[in-house]
Amino acid sequence: MSHDSHTHDGPHVVPLKTLVAVLIALLLLTGLTVVTGKMDLGGFDLAVALVIATVKATIVCLIFMHLFWDRRFNGLIFLFSVMLVGLFLAFVSLDAGEYQPSVEEYEIQELAE
Amino acid sequence: MTSTTVTAAEAHAHGEGHGHGDHPPFLQHHFTDPAQQFDAAKLGLWVFLLTEVLFFSALFVLYTSYRALHPEVFAYASNFLDTNLGATNTAVLLVSSFTVAWGVRNAQLGQRKLLMINLVITLLCAGTFMGIKYVEYSHKYHEGLLWGGNHHSIFKADAEEIPESVKEHSKAWSTGIPEAGVPAAKALSPSMRRKVGTFFATYFLLTGLHGIHVLIGMILLTWLLIRAGLGHFSPEYYTPVDLGALYWHLVDLVWIFLFPLLYLIR
Repeated sequence: MSHDSHTHDGPHVVPLKTLVAVLIALLLLTGLTVVTGKMDLGGFDLAVALVIATVKATIVCLIFMHLFWDRRFNGLIFLFSVMLVGLFLAFVSLDAGEYQPSVEEYEIQELAE
Repeated sequence: MTSTTVTAAEAHAHGEGHGHGDHPPFLQHHFTDPAQQFDAAKLGLWVFLLTEVLFFSALFVLYTSYRALHPEVFAYASNFLDTNLGATNTAVLLVSSFTVAWGVRNAQLGQRKLLMINLVITLLCAGTFMGIKYVEYSHKYHEGLLWGGNHHSIFKADAEEIPESVKEHSKAWSTGIPEAGVPAAKALSPSMRRKVGTFFATYFLLTGLHGIHVLIGMILLTWLLIRAGLGHFSPEYYTPVDLGALYWHLVDLVWIFLFPLLYLIR
């Protein structure tokens, strides 16, 4: 667990073993998501798929993208982008939900014609 | 006012006075040392990646809000996507992400040949990804699985293959269970057909935008390969390799989410 990333004695070189381990983990998780995707998880299908995808993305960010050893500020920027997406999603969902009744009304009218 | 101008001018003159002798050739004059230059470049790339995340998020937000309102449309339309091809493409991209991460390691350690080999493998993976994408797109084109009003999917010859969720949504509108060879879209109600068209519009926009990023990545990787061949990189200077790899990982990150969201809907 190296936390001496703020010193300037050169950037961190990720050991090849770690890279291989990450690749194997990512491939296994892909297999897992395919298997769970075909199973009936009683409404939790999407949640499970998203949790696996998030775990995969976190491994890629921390190891492949060096965020674990990098300056914390770079990671903060990335985290910030994810938070902005959350905000974006929240507002759009509120808005779409708000207008849905009038959309449905229109569709019922269309069916009647 | 005057004093600041003078100081700036002096500093400038001082900077010029340094000449090129004691600078590494890659160090630009407005940076104090290579470490600062590297950090600045990396910070810039992370800010760029932030804009990329937000760029893609517009389509992801469309996807999420539409799926929340019409889950049945996604369950229906996902039947027309090939999970095996999607999973293969995921594996291909993951391997390419690994080789490019290894490439960064090679650059840091000054292993020029290995770096070039890893860049070539990454390029081959990217090419394979686009090849599989081409197979998928042309299949969809021929099956009429297109966006909006152009959507006119046809059931396969074997009626047994029609998935339950398809039958369910077709029955509600047409007279009975759809038959093989009958255009599936015709069995759908107009509003359902429109929504399925919207799903495929979202599918093509998401995968298309991602595909464009893969193509741009291939150009970047080729450029890195040429520069590596010319011996431009060393353990002291490998910034382009590092930043190119970060961009390539983002392309992989987007696909990590696209795969389960598009292909793995029950």
